[in-house]
Amino acid sequence: MDVTVTVNGTAYERDVEPRKLLIHFLRDDLDLTGSHIGCDTGNCGACSVIVDGVLVKSCMLLAVQADGASVETVEGLSEDGELTRLQQAFNEHHALQCGYCTPGMLMSATALLREQPSPSDDEIKKALQGNICRCTGYWNIFEAVKSVAK
Amino acid sequence: MTRASETTLAPAPVEVQKGWGGQSVRRKEDKRLLQGEGVFVDDVKRHGMGYLHFVRSPYAHAHISRVDVSAAEAIDGVYGTLTGEEVAALTDPFFQISSAPGANIKDFSLAVGKVRYVGEPVVAVVAETRELARDASELVEVDYEPLPALVDARRAQDSDAPVLHDDADGNLMWTGLYSWGDFDAALAEADRVVKIPELHFHRFNSTPLECDGALVEFNRGVGQWTIHTNNQFPGFAAIMMGPAMKVGLDKLRFVTQDIGGGFGNKITSHPQLVVCCLLARKLNRPVQWTEWRTDFHLSMSHGNERWFHDTEVAVKDDGTLLGFRTKALDDAGAWLRYEPLGGVIWAQVTPGMYRWRHIELDFTQVATNKAPVSPNRGYSRMQHLWFTERVMDIVAHELDIDPVEVRKRNYIRAEDMPYETPNGCVYDSGDYAAMLDLALELIDYGSMAAKRAEAEARGKRLGVGIGSTLDSGTNNFGQSRLINPELQFSGNNEVATVKLDIFGEIVVTLGTTPQGQGHETTAAQVVADILSCSPDDVHVRAGHDSYWNSHAGFSGTYASQFAVTGLSAVKGATEMLAAEIKKLAGAVFGGVPAESLELADGGVRIKESPDAFLPFMACGAIINANNAGLPEDLDVTLNCRYVYRPPFEVPDVERKFGNLTLTYAAQIHVAVVEVDPETGAYEIVDYAAVDDCGKRINPQIVEGQVMGATAQALGAAVHETYEYDEDGNLLTPNFYDYHVPHALDMPPLATGAIESPSPFTPLGTKGMGEGGGAGIHAICAAIQDATGQVVTDSHNPYQRVWRLLQEAKA
Repeated sequence: MDVTVTVNGTAYERDVEPRKLLIHFLRDDLDLTGSHIGCDTGNCGACSVIVDGVLVKSCMLLAVQADGASVETVEGLSEDGELTRLQQAFNEHHALQCGYCTPGMLMSATALLREQPSPSDDEIKKALQGNICRCTGYWNIFEAVKSVAK
Repeated sequence: MTRASETTLAPAPVEVQKGWGGQSVRRKEDKRLLQGEGVFVDDVKRHGMGYLHFVRSPYAHAHISRVDVSAAEAIDGVYGTLTGEEVAALTDPFFQISSAPGANIKDFSLAVGKVRYVGEPVVAVVAETRELARDASELVEVDYEPLPALVDARRAQDSDAPVLHDDADGNLMWTGLYSWGDFDAALAEADRVVKIPELHFHRFNSTPLECDGALVEFNRGVGQWTIHTNNQFPGFAAIMMGPAMKVGLDKLRFVTQDIGGGFGNKITSHPQLVVCCLLARKLNRPVQWTEWRTDFHLSMSHGNERWFHDTEVAVKDDGTLLGFRTKALDDAGAWLRYEPLGGVIWAQVTPGMYRWRHIELDFTQVATNKAPVSPNRGYSRMQHLWFTERVMDIVAHELDIDPVEVRKRNYIRAEDMPYETPNGCVYDSGDYAAMLDLALELIDYGSMAAKRAEAEARGKRLGVGIGSTLDSGTNNFGQSRLINPELQFSGNNEVATVKLDIFGEIVVTLGTTPQGQGHETTAAQVVADILSCSPDDVHVRAGHDSYWNSHAGFSGTYASQFAVTGLSAVKGATEMLAAEIKKLAGAVFGGVPAESLELADGGVRIKESPDAFLPFMACGAIINANNAGLPEDLDVTLNCRYVYRPPFEVPDVERKFGNLTLTYAAQIHVAVVEVDPETGAYEIVDYAAVDDCGKRINPQIVEGQVMGATAQALGAAVHETYEYDEDGNLLTPNFYDYHVPHALDMPPLATGAIESPSPFTPLGTKGMGEGGGAGIHAICAAIQDATGQVVTDSHNPYQRVWRLLQEAKA
């Protein structure tokens, strides 16, 4: 099926199998490998992206469902290679180790801060609840997000 | 989940070190990872590559009577298949570490003739797309004749137990009696003997978020495979794969870059890598394999499940422990992929943190119809240390002594260091009592009586528990001879190269395969201190490539050793380079001796006349591109390779005696829980983790490891378990059923650190990062404190606590 998907501001037209997952479309067809796959049940959140302003797990969406949509991935966060405040905060707070969950964490935190620039501690934890990290224990991720909340 | 600020005691006699070492330098790795520009194995692509999918066994135990791949191969876009029969014809069984009877099993990379656990790979299918490979796998016909399954290791040696490996003539894989001191004499001296019928350490693992994978290319012209992979111990994979594939190790090039967590679970992917290699050659195209999460849970690297039976502890009335005797029964699962090394690794920490000298442990490892076990963060020591900690609290319970007091009475003391354990390990340094004091201070132990009363008033029961681990690091591989005296392994090694390139670039290569431990950053800190430059000036190549000539037999990232092996190799190579830079500059300056020169500001200069300055750029350019006229005898390449070899002896096999690791980092955790007596549900309301890993090159990275290990421990203690039903079906095969902690699960955490530099390592460092086992025990102990019931299992979900409460009522 033909789809047109705008990813990080660039429009892509592709012929995709109807059953292809959005995450595989991003990674395999568009070579945007920043979003990752950590499970096959929708639990881990490593594939989190923002579709038309809504945070989604891109393994839970078919590529054809994103036809006409605007998708934001980790590759689109920083401009001109400079880290955003959130990305800098992750670096300063040592909020990543292996870095595999990090793109999903950044997208979840980005979606939260857009909707609620001054989240409570509990709102931060709830926003990150759908993202599994096996390296950090979340404490430093929480601190990083909190540090950029207004 | 708020975090108290880190508390650091004034370090003992630490050499005051100026410079980058000791600073929390921001990680060099982060920029690419934060921008989605890391390169993980599934990101590597090649033109024309085929995707591999494994057909897996639906039975825990069955004969394979027929395999038919014709329907799958007939599909358009399917490139080919590989069966167990082909594997048996093309390869030899993997080399076995074990002595008999485990030595006799025949382990191939696909099931041959029989399956032995649910999820075991039976056939591999390669196709144009992931989806097609998966679909075609459904068309592979395999006929099975099911056999009874063995799922309880305690039944493995019963006369009527199903036998997994006829070649081994039973399910016993390895057994060995360890005895040091004189336990019978300890019994005679004891005022009482505390008996513990059964303790059980459950099966779980660290579930790195990235599963295993590889992209394998075969270069037909030279007969060499390039294996892009996330295997974390390529040195081990190579010695397993080369002989099985009947090729020299130069034919196996391993390449890693970013690895999405490992925790030991990515050591034993060699069977799958062999399948990829055989198919890349057979199909004459690159083969890509990325394991699915469910496949990982079903088949990869479970942690060792272990029982401790008929334990006797020789105790004095004042709480002094003289020794223990126990029988350890270890469940290896269906294959010995790294086992039975777990049968000796525990002995690195035989007495735990305590001074008891009379120890007898009868170790038995058996096979069962479950996924093969292999190293998991804290490998084999975690089980044993949990046992020693359990003994402390059960003795405290029996004698009605405060667990804090029992520990303090029995800890190896700071003044005893370096301390030789009953089995010849030499604990290098540490002050366990001071660590416990700090941990108790961090949770405000003095206020516990009041908090207990306050919780009681709310209908809750408060409990406090202590857990400790020793994070023994830098293995002496000679310990493998205690398992099998025929083995010719001993010592350890790691490699680094440091060079000055043509424009003065400082380029470092490591033999390690980091999975988030920040090696690029800490290596740059060590280099910067020696070359008097900034870590920003140091380019550390990401990942591992056996083409770089910066690897040795034990290269990899496992078993808490980078801060010793890796950084010592970096230090050695950089010091060689520094000496060569001075030698070159001395010649350029017309015969100035090295001692009159110093490195500073990105170059080398004469101390007495600093204007005579040669920048690194000039040094690199002269040697690499402008070397005419240099003295003939100037032995300088500015490309230095150093192999760090720790000081070890081969252990005494007869006495099972010797130093099994070089360093012994320590962790003490304290947990405070509140139990709901009606339901057994409990909440971790406060938590402290204190770590001592000697000199910390980057305290923030060390603290990150402490936090991560703690989170894994809490997950294992409360939620994570690989449970099987009686037919051998795994009940927790994905993240739905295998609950790992989320952000909302994390308790408040305070971390603390003490630095007791190792006297045995070049930088005073100790390997660390595996200390999470402390947390598993801290939760057990806190539940015991809250319920008043002896806790005998490492895994305590709410229903088990509820049962404990019912037992208390009865």
